[in-house]
Amino acid sequence: MIPLNYIARNLWTRRLTTALTAGGLALVVFVFATVLMLDAGLKRTLVTTGEFDNAVVIRKGSETEIQSNITRQQANIIEMNAAVALDAGGLPRAAKETVVLISLVRNGSDKPSNVIIRGTSPAGLSLRPQVKMIEGRMFRPGSAEIIVGSSVARGYAGTRIGERLRFAQRDWTIVGTFDAQASGFDSEVWGNADQLMQSFRRVTYSAVVVKLADSALFERFRAELGADPRLANEAKREQTFYSDQSKALSTFISILGLTLTSIFSVGATIGAMITMYGSVSNRVAEIGTLRALGFRSASVLNAFLLEALLLGLAGGVAGLVLASVMQVVSFSTTNFQTFADLSFRFLMTPEIIVKTLLFSLLMGMLGGFLPAVRAARLNIVDSLRAA
Amino acid sequence: MRRHERTDMNAIKLILRNALRHRLRTALTVTGLLVAVLAYGLLQTVVGAWYAGAASSSNARLVMRNAVSLAFTLPISYENRIRGVEGVSRVAHSNWFGGIYQEPKNFFPQFAVSDNYLSLYPEFILPEEQRAAYMRDRKGALIGRQLADQYGFKVGDALPLRGTIYPGTWEFVVRGIFDAGDETRVTRLMLFHWDYLNETLVRSAPNRANQVGVYVIGVENPDNTAVVSLAADGVFSNSLAETLTETEQAFQLGFVAMSNQIIAAIRIVSYVVILIIMAVMANTMAMSARERTSEYATLKALGFGPGFVALLIFGESLAICVIGGGLGLLATPPAAAVFKTVSGGIFPVFVVSGETALLQAACALAVGVLAAIVPALRASRVRVVDGLRAIA
Repeated sequence: MIPLNYIARNLWTRRLTTALTAGGLALVVFVFATVLMLDAGLKRTLVTTGEFDNAVVIRKGSETEIQSNITRQQANIIEMNAAVALDAGGLPRAAKETVVLISLVRNGSDKPSNVIIRGTSPAGLSLRPQVKMIEGRMFRPGSAEIIVGSSVARGYAGTRIGERLRFAQRDWTIVGTFDAQASGFDSEVWGNADQLMQSFRRVTYSAVVVKLADSALFERFRAELGADPRLANEAKREQTFYSDQSKALSTFISILGLTLTSIFSVGATIGAMITMYGSVSNRVAEIGTLRALGFRSASVLNAFLLEALLLGLAGGVAGLVLASVMQVVSFSTTNFQTFADLSFRFLMTPEIIVKTLLFSLLMGMLGGFLPAVRAARLNIVDSLRAA
Repeated sequence: MRRHERTDMNAIKLILRNALRHRLRTALTVTGLLVAVLAYGLLQTVVGAWYAGAASSSNARLVMRNAVSLAFTLPISYENRIRGVEGVSRVAHSNWFGGIYQEPKNFFPQFAVSDNYLSLYPEFILPEEQRAAYMRDRKGALIGRQLADQYGFKVGDALPLRGTIYPGTWEFVVRGIFDAGDETRVTRLMLFHWDYLNETLVRSAPNRANQVGVYVIGVENPDNTAVVSLAADGVFSNSLAETLTETEQAFQLGFVAMSNQIIAAIRIVSYVVILIIMAVMANTMAMSARERTSEYATLKALGFGPGFVALLIFGESLAICVIGGGLGLLATPPAAAVFKTVSGGIFPVFVVSGETALLQAACALAVGVLAAIVPALRASRVRVVDGLRAIA
C-alpha cells in the first residue's frame, strides 16, 4: 500500500490546481445540495402544516380550499358526524373556515403577490396547536381585526401591528403576529370567519376542518361523507391535503434542480479528470520509481483513485459548508396549485449530507478512474526513462 | 514590417501547436466549455420563456380585475359602464376556467370568453368558416396551435374537462384552431363561450352566475392607457367590487413576478456554471503553463519579452475558448428544440434569442481571458535562471 500521506501531499504540492478543481466541484455540490434542501424545506413546511388527526373537508372535485365551497347546511351536517371529537363543553371540535386570496405588496417590489386570508374561529385555533402568538394579541370575534403569520410580517409592507390593511371596503387592523413553526400557516393572514364572509359577501364556507375523535375513524368518516346524498364533499387527512398541494412545486424544483446538477457535474467531472491526468503525467518518473521499488500496479491504481476521491471529498465538504449557510435564507414563491405565496426555508438534513458527499465522491471517482488506469498501466522501464 | 508579420504568423502557429500538445486535455477542456456554454444558453432561454407571456402581450389593451385579488370576480353589469368611459373602444370579458383534461398534469389555460373577445386579439388568426362554426355551437371551443399540436386535437374532436372551480364535467367540441403571427406568441390556450358557462351556473349555482373574471378593454389611442385605466377605476371606486385596471403587459408581468425568486435562482445558477467552467479552464492553463516554465525561460533567453510569453498563454486560452464556445453556440438551438419537446409543453415558446447567443459568446471570451491572467503573469515574471532550472 502506498501511504495516504504521500497521496495527500501530492494534492498539497499543486495547491492552485487542487483549489481550482475542488472549487469547481464545490460549486456543483452547492447547487446539488441547495436544490435538495429547497425541496426538503418545502415538504417539511407543508407536512407540518397539517395535523395527522385532523381532517379537511372540501367540495368534491376541487383541489384546494380556494376553489372549494361548502354551504352552511353541508357544514352543519359534516360537523355533526359521530367521528368528530367533542370539546369539554360537548361541542364538536370543528372549524368552518373561509379561505380567500388578497393581493399584498412584497417588501422591495412594486408587484402584488397573492396571500391567503383565512377566516377561522376559536375552534380553528385549537385544532392547530403549532400556532402561537409571538407578538400582540388574538383578534376579537366580531371586530375588523386580523393577525398575520410570521413570514407575512417579515415579507410584506404594511403588516406591522397597529397598521391597517384595506380590502373588501373595510379597514382591517393588525393586532398580532403568530408563529406556526415554519408551516404553511406562516404565509397566511387570519381573521374571524363571520366578519370576513360578510365583508366579502360570501354565503358559503371554503372548508371544514375537524378533529377526529380517534385517528382510526378517518376511513369511516370519509366513507360516510361520500355516501351522504346531501353532501358533495370529500374528506382528506389534513397532512395529506397539504402535502398534495406541494406536489407540483416539488416536482418542478426537483426536475429543474436535477437537470441542472447533472449538466454541471459533467463540467466538474471533466475538471477533475484534467487535474488527475495532469497529476499522472507530472509524476511518470515517480510512478516508475514506485513500481521499481516493488509497489504493484494495483497499489498505484488505488493511490490515484484515492487522490481523486480526496479531491472530490474536499470539493464536497466545501460545497456543503457553502450550502449550509443557505439555511438562514428563506425562499418564497407562488405555489402553482393554490396560487398563493408560500415561504419556506432551505433545510439541511442528515440524508442530504450523505447524498451530497456520495455525489461529490462519485464525481471524483469518475474523474479519477481513467487517469488512475493510465498510471497503473505505465511501463516501468519507459517511465523511469521519462525523467 | 515583414519581419513583424513573420513573428505574428509564428506566434499563431506556436499557440495552436501548444494547444494541441495535450490533445486529451484540450479535448476535455473544449467539451467542458461546450457543456457550460450550452447550459448557460438553455438557462437564459428558460428565463426568457418565463417572460414569453408578458413579452407577447400588448401595451394597448387594458385588463380590469377585482382590486382584492384575482380570486374575486366582477359583476357582468360593469360592462356597459366601462363602455361609457371616455377613450374605450371595445370591452370583452373572460373567466379563468381551471379545468382538468384527463389528469392534473395536463395543465393548460382555459378561458370562458365573450363572443367579441377575438376582435381584441387581431394577432390570433382563425379561418372564417371555423369562426362561424364556433359561433353556431354553444359548446364549441377554440384552441391555439401550440395546444393542438401538443395533444393532437383536430377540429371536430370532443374535449371534456373536469371543473375544479366550476364543478362537474364539461363537454366541449373543438370548432377552430387559431394561429399566431409569429412563434414568440403563446397559443397554448383554449377559449370557449362565456354564455355556456354562465347559463349552466344560472341553473346550478345562481349566486355565482353573471360574474366576470376580468374585463379586457381596448383603447382608442394607446397613448391614453394610463388616463383610461384611472378613469375606469374611478367609476367603480367605493362600490361593492372595486377594480384595478392595468395594461395587459403589467398584468402578465404580475404573474411572472410571483415566481421571481425562482427566476432569480435560475439566473444565479446560470452564472455558477460559467464560474465552474472558469475554474476548469484556469486549471488547464495553470497546468500547461507550469509544465512549460522552462520553455518560456528559453524563449526569454532567446530575447523574447515577457509580453510575448503572456501573449502565448492568452492566445492558447482564447483559442480553446473560441472552439469550445463556438461548438456550444452551435449546439444550443438543436438542444433547445429537444428540451422543448421533452419538457412537455410547460414552455410553449422556447426560442434562443440573439441576445442569449451574444451573452454566450461574451461569457466564453471572458472565461478565456480571465483563466489566462494568473498563469500569464506567473510565466511573464519567471526569471530566466529559475525557469531553466525548473522541472515540471
